[in-house]
Amino acid sequence: MATLTALCLLFIGLPVALIAAMHILRRRRAVCRRIEAGLRGFLLLCACLAIFTTVGIVFSVLFEAIRFFQLVPVWDFLFGLDWSPQTAIRDDQVGSSGAFGAVPLFAGTFLITVIAMAVAVPFGLLAAIYLSEYAGRRVRATAKPLLEILAGIPTVVYGFFAALTVGPLVRDAAASLGLSASAESALAAGLVMGVMILPFVSSLSDDVINAVPQSLRDGSLGLGATRSETIRRVVLPAATPGIVGSVLLAVSRAIGETMIVVMAAGLAANLTANPLQSVTTVTVQIVTLLVGDQVFDSPKTLAAFALGLVLFAVTLVLNMVALYVARKYREQYE
Amino acid sequence: MNKAAFAGNDSPESPVVRRLRAGIRARYRRERRFRRLGAASLVVGALFLLWLLGTSAFKAAGAFSQTCIAIDIALDAAEFDGDAPYQREAIAAAPYNRMIRAALRAAFPEVTARRDKRRLYQLISDGVQYHLRDRVLADPQLIGGTHRLWLLADDEVDLLIKGRIDRNLPQANRRLSDQSINWIDRLQADGRVERRFNRHFFTAGDSRDAEQAGILGAVMGSVFTLGVTMLLAVPVGIAAAVYLQEFAPRNRFIDLVEVNINNLAAVPSITFGLLGLALLINFFGMPRSVPLVGGMVLALMTLPTIIISSRAALAAVPPRIRQAALALGASRVQAVVHHVLPLALPGMLTGAIIGLAQALGETAPLLAIGMVAFIVDVPGAVTDPATALPVQIYLWADSPERAFVERTAAAIVVLLAALAAVNGLIAVLRNKVEKRW
Repeated sequence: MATLTALCLLFIGLPVALIAAMHILRRRRAVCRRIEAGLRGFLLLCACLAIFTTVGIVFSVLFEAIRFFQLVPVWDFLFGLDWSPQTAIRDDQVGSSGAFGAVPLFAGTFLITVIAMAVAVPFGLLAAIYLSEYAGRRVRATAKPLLEILAGIPTVVYGFFAALTVGPLVRDAAASLGLSASAESALAAGLVMGVMILPFVSSLSDDVINAVPQSLRDGSLGLGATRSETIRRVVLPAATPGIVGSVLLAVSRAIGETMIVVMAAGLAANLTANPLQSVTTVTVQIVTLLVGDQVFDSPKTLAAFALGLVLFAVTLVLNMVALYVARKYREQYE
Repeated sequence: MNKAAFAGNDSPESPVVRRLRAGIRARYRRERRFRRLGAASLVVGALFLLWLLGTSAFKAAGAFSQTCIAIDIALDAAEFDGDAPYQREAIAAAPYNRMIRAALRAAFPEVTARRDKRRLYQLISDGVQYHLRDRVLADPQLIGGTHRLWLLADDEVDLLIKGRIDRNLPQANRRLSDQSINWIDRLQADGRVERRFNRHFFTAGDSRDAEQAGILGAVMGSVFTLGVTMLLAVPVGIAAAVYLQEFAPRNRFIDLVEVNINNLAAVPSITFGLLGLALLINFFGMPRSVPLVGGMVLALMTLPTIIISSRAALAAVPPRIRQAALALGASRVQAVVHHVLPLALPGMLTGAIIGLAQALGETAPLLAIGMVAFIVDVPGAVTDPATALPVQIYLWADSPERAFVERTAAAIVVLLAALAAVNGLIAVLRNKVEKRW
């Protein structure tokens, strides 16, 4: 409570006080200039909070991960094929010492991401093309809010839907084809995640496609190409860097998505490429390792931070590349 | 060149023309196919949305009513200490459980075996004794008489009345025995079973018993968490946006800040949970499972969203406003504080609400900082242990009891309704403030 009061005083009270002081002392220019400098300093501090946050994330994840790597060698963690983090909770307990080979988690994350992107990229891209190139005002006015609703639904709702509706459906469908599928299949989680990311891909691609200069389209149409030929041969190639950027951002989201996989993908660390089997992901394991009673120094808890480090590093690289590509692309047509 | 031009040509077709015509037809076919593909993917999105909302609403429908059973309860004055008017303590300490059991035995006098009696008691929810106590506390006049009171039924009974339990299943495969079903049928024939509005769902905290579980605890947890989030993220976000948009020089450092903000907007939300766990809880020693920490973590998470949309609002204010203020002798800070900020504030507010909507549906970071505990009490402060509405959905979805499925769906309906309200607010604000300069 005291912390909250202090923070509120700092972030709300301070600027209000400075502005009020400026008003009261408005005739004394020299004092005012000082106060203005103070206010600017405060604003700069707030802007720098973004850097502090990133540094905070890096350090908190890095330090705990280093402690983990003192217990489990990096090599075993990155390339080990066996993941079973159950260790003895108390010292006197008999139990396995746990195995922390994260390859099954990386493979599971990869599998689900691939399935999700297989849904989100074609559908999202086609929807974006239709909205920006074909749809009239009326269709846009209904379809855009619809996609926004899809984007605004909390992921926990998608998770519930994946676990209770899509999962059993996938299992039954597989059974009717004579295949055996787990109720918590990678396919169910991936499909639902794909739909979740669809509006993300489509709105980013929509912006990118709209940024392609109209003169390019006019040139192509003028030479007798149909609209779809124009789109496929002129607009899309021109928009490719931007689309790649938005797909990379979508991949980063799929990798970092937590609730859908926690609820629908399962916990078993299977090293498999079969989408009908249950797999587990990096985010699922972070949540499982952290939820419940735990000693903070156990390798089990620290492993969550090592996984977090990998997750942060991978998504950071993806985001950076995506932002760089998008920026380059924007400069090209400005 | 179009179809009509070819059709108007009566002369016998040369093979070249025929080939050209076929080629054009094929190209138009491809055009139509491509166009339909685009429309189809929009339809797929729409159908999925309908499917998801429809399933949730359909599953949730049951949770808003709850089965009650009418029992004649004798509130014997001998069970209460002292004489009328009874002390509050005496009323609170009375053995309500015994009175309820006696009433149930009186309703079914033929039940004598111990095992059967226990089964009989299980028709009624465990929490009923507390409800009865509260009822008597509110109205001590009830003591001494026999009253027909509507009591909350057990969740299995509730599912049976709602038709969710198949009576034709073999007895071993369902949790209600034939005997219990028989008793319920007799009560129902007497008009003593009724489905009533499920008040508990909106007024109670979490519970292990599905029939007593409510979302008020989670809702209050969300309110406190979001309160903290908004108190911290909105002022900081606006301040940061003002600096970056109005005062920041163009240099490497500012570039770094901007790249950072854009990157933070795309960092997985669970990472912020890890930050909260390692820094706030482990390093600064703040308590686990409290809205204060949850709110701070969500504030960091929503900050980029708020900064980005606040900057857009500031950028929409035309430069001539600033120039006019500066020309009349205002300092840059005065120009911003007195003129630009008031004009941009409604737009910034919209940005803040977008951040609020994002934080309202967020679950993963709250799991990492321990806001997933089973908490019965409704939190009353930001330092009380609490969950949040999306976390409650996750917890209930995990629960093996079937009666929790409809409650999970109902909680989802409540969450989506809250989000719809927030988004409606955004739409209204946007229409109000959208100014053409």
